[in-house]
Amino acid sequence: MGMTFHSLLFRDIPPGNLAEEAPPCLSDLNLDLVIDAITEPQERHHLKPCFYTPLQDTRDILYRQEVMRDLEDQNLRGAIKTFTDRLTTVKRYLALGEKLDFEYHRKGWFLEGALLYCEILTHLGRRLDDLAPRSQGLRAFGEYLASLRASSRFQSLAREAREVKEGLSRVRYCIVLQDGKFKVKRYEGEEDYSREVEKTFEKFRQREVEEDRLTPSRVPGTSHIEAKILEFVSRLYPQPFAALDEFWSKHAGFLDETVLNFEREVQFYLAYLDFMAPLKARGLPFCYPQVSSGDREEEVRNGFDIALASSRETETIVLNHYSLRGPERVLVVTGPNQGGKTTFARMFGQIHYLASLGLPVPGTRARLSLPDGIFTHFEKEETIHDLRGKLEDDLLRIHQMLSRASSRSIFIVNEIFSSTTFQDALFLSREIMEKILEMDAMGVWVTFIDELSSMSEKVVSMVATVSPQDPAIRTFKIVRAPARGLAHALSLAKKHRLTYEDILERIGQ
Amino acid sequence: MKVHLLYPHQGPDPQRPLPPNHEDLIRDLELEVLLDAMSQGDQFLREVALHHLLWGLEDREVILYRQEILKDCLRLSPVVEEIYHTTLEFMERKSRWWYLSSTRHSNPSLVLSSSLHVLEIALDSLRALRSIGDHHSHAFQSRGFRRFFSMIQEELDDQYLAEVEHHINALKFPKGTLLSAQLGKGNQGSNYQLSKPHSPGENWLKRILTHRSPVYSFTVHPRDDHGLRVLADLRDTGLARVAAAVSRAARHVEGFFKALREEMAFYLGCINLHGELKPWGLPVAFPFPERQEKHCFSARGLYDISLALTVKSKVVGNDIEAHGKDLIIITGPNRGGKTTFLRSVGQAQLMMECGMFVPADSFTANLSSGVFTHFKREEDKGMKGGKLDKELERMSTVVDHLRPHALFLLNESFASTNDREGSEIAGQIIGALTEKGIKVFYVTHLFEFARSFFHRVREKVLFLRAERLPDGRRTFKLKEGKPLETSFGADLYRQIFQGEEELPEHSKKP
Repeated sequence: MGMTFHSLLFRDIPPGNLAEEAPPCLSDLNLDLVIDAITEPQERHHLKPCFYTPLQDTRDILYRQEVMRDLEDQNLRGAIKTFTDRLTTVKRYLALGEKLDFEYHRKGWFLEGALLYCEILTHLGRRLDDLAPRSQGLRAFGEYLASLRASSRFQSLAREAREVKEGLSRVRYCIVLQDGKFKVKRYEGEEDYSREVEKTFEKFRQREVEEDRLTPSRVPGTSHIEAKILEFVSRLYPQPFAALDEFWSKHAGFLDETVLNFEREVQFYLAYLDFMAPLKARGLPFCYPQVSSGDREEEVRNGFDIALASSRETETIVLNHYSLRGPERVLVVTGPNQGGKTTFARMFGQIHYLASLGLPVPGTRARLSLPDGIFTHFEKEETIHDLRGKLEDDLLRIHQMLSRASSRSIFIVNEIFSSTTFQDALFLSREIMEKILEMDAMGVWVTFIDELSSMSEKVVSMVATVSPQDPAIRTFKIVRAPARGLAHALSLAKKHRLTYEDILERIGQ
Repeated sequence: MKVHLLYPHQGPDPQRPLPPNHEDLIRDLELEVLLDAMSQGDQFLREVALHHLLWGLEDREVILYRQEILKDCLRLSPVVEEIYHTTLEFMERKSRWWYLSSTRHSNPSLVLSSSLHVLEIALDSLRALRSIGDHHSHAFQSRGFRRFFSMIQEELDDQYLAEVEHHINALKFPKGTLLSAQLGKGNQGSNYQLSKPHSPGENWLKRILTHRSPVYSFTVHPRDDHGLRVLADLRDTGLARVAAAVSRAARHVEGFFKALREEMAFYLGCINLHGELKPWGLPVAFPFPERQEKHCFSARGLYDISLALTVKSKVVGNDIEAHGKDLIIITGPNRGGKTTFLRSVGQAQLMMECGMFVPADSFTANLSSGVFTHFKREEDKGMKGGKLDKELERMSTVVDHLRPHALFLLNESFASTNDREGSEIAGQIIGALTEKGIKVFYVTHLFEFARSFFHRVREKVLFLRAERLPDGRRTFKLKEGKPLETSFGADLYRQIFQGEEELPEHSKKP
């Protein structure tokens, strides 16, 4: 075939400028936490920019979806994961080998790096040959690896590293520590002393005292004192050290650039797969979305809020659907508090965002239009003392959002103006909704103001439902239905989750 | 060694923060006055008293266990004070040596030497405790104290104490520390092991039989701080295991004295309070706690202890029978003793639940899963818009923490809106709370609310009314009685503005 391997993340040479900062919508969507959780185990790979940079071209989205489908295979994923984890270790060893002062420390870590590198490249190459991936990205990388392993340079590196290590691991010695000085000699069978002391103090041991094993304040190190000790040891046992000298001068700079780049990029997929795995195991569906840049109609079946799902490991997660057909652009969600409205709004935003990264999204089926931006405005939970200042702040932020958005943007508005008077909230909400509809943008609006749900044919009214048998039980299902009216005082009580049903539910928890 | 004077089977829990509603409880129930009487200016006593008052027990067996101990304490207060002072002395002497309460981030040599010091100090204090036990243990009757003294006599025998002393001296390594090691990853030293040097005779034999190892020595420059630190660290690596063993012993002994100090501090607070009430002839009783599920309330002569401590005289007490009632609605004229009664209910419940006596001639109630208050606040009145909003917000915070069988005291909640709205909201909230098994005492002027409950669910509701004599005077006593539509604000108005032109009450408000 003869494919050239550029990148696992882009069809072509990757663009240079990925976003370093999270887009502002991520924190409202709780995707910041999700992305932190996804990238945290792979922090050194600096993956966040990939997660912070949505794609603008549907062909790039397809390229990634293909690689991801390959990596869903457990065997292939396992092989690559093992490889990347251990390659990181190799790099750590080599970095140590560069910054240490004493040559036998430097060379010692260089040797460890070489041993591990040979082992993992060999292993990965064999596994890729066996498992035969199908995506353009992974096939090209497999071919590259095969030619690398066949080189004679690689062969001799592997053999010599093994021999040198064997010689060094046979050395054993003693140190006598006194005030300001020490002695080093060969080990001559001296006995363990700690065990004796532990035995005599055993009776003082009590269950309720916390059992922290006193870990010494340092790990074995590479200071000038330890260098001195190692120098004495090399004089006590000269042969194994001579072999190390020779190995080092022969094999400097053995790491391959392309392999390193692959290692970093594949983390993007692995990290997300790791994140999905426990969710899938709980029966939560993911799918590859059909993403379009022109079509405005949307449909999602069995979606869910991945942030909620991943933070509540034991709870049953309710799946929701929505669709936008014809002129429909904005979903207005009303209904009881704690009924899953915010979760639904987050789900809407998350699905669009994840799709634009080329990743699988929550749901059994998803047809989406690719947004050019996601704008969110969520009521902050903490109470602000100055209501007027807060309202002013809110309006400024909304104005800013509106001026940066286009018809391809998504708005997600959640319970704004709930701390102002009802009349104010109604008036302001109507005005802002008008503007969004005029722009022909899309979105979700969660509100306690029923009037918003019937403003225009572009608005779809959705309601968080309660159980028909017992109105105190929330179903967390959000369905297409007209909003149900409520008296003002009760909607206040409702806002604070203090209605009869709310309280029954809250205290039941 | 365990103290077990607060719980039969566990130690105190000093780490636990105060419950989230502690500020409201202190303010609404006027606990400051009570705490002043218990602590007599001692900050530690105050903290301990507050902690136990606010973290009530849910197990009546433990409450009865504490009541027994407290009865011993009130009879034998000088001995109790002596035990407390022994713990103070230990803590004081120890604090001069033991700077490291946690060993996790400190080096083993330091841990080893300070642990050895603590053990030396502890030996003196343990001997003192044993001598108190030898002289006074026969006078104590409670299960808690009897177990405590016999434990001390059994665990601290002479042989045990001598053994401790021996080990303290053996662990000072005068001739240097010998470690054995191997080359690990990257040629770094690994498998460091504290080792026993060969005895001289053994060495002599080895010298003849085998080729002896050359020895290389190195002296670190006296100003090479880093080098000296590495040597110390290497030594620490070898000492880690022995230091851990010794520090465990030291922390155990320290933990024992800390627990004893805290547990005795609670009883000392009770002794103090008892001493404050006595001169004024204010009665106290050991209450009878019932299980949480068995809702009951029966009090004779129940009074507001903070009010009594403030005015330093007898105050009006109430006799209330509310067996099996989930909701007690209190109505009646302002300044008729409603708030005072509400406070006395909260105080008595908290005091009962931590094992104390209560301010009453007799008192029986079920235990709660927590005491909560929602009292009318000045700020609810002051704000122009959204006052109901604020009030509901506070209510919501309380609801966050309510569990079945909580005791919830409400004082004029939802007075910030009109009667119809307030009653509707109150009705929903109180209805749901009582359905969830929460016991509610509600002082209210919301007539719609009170009336709807009067007509709906009488058997679980008790209506109390602040008494007003036919001549308009108040007795500050509460009597059973159905809610009356008119409030008594006009009375108050007349009383304050006596002789002024009579105006309808509303037109007078700013």
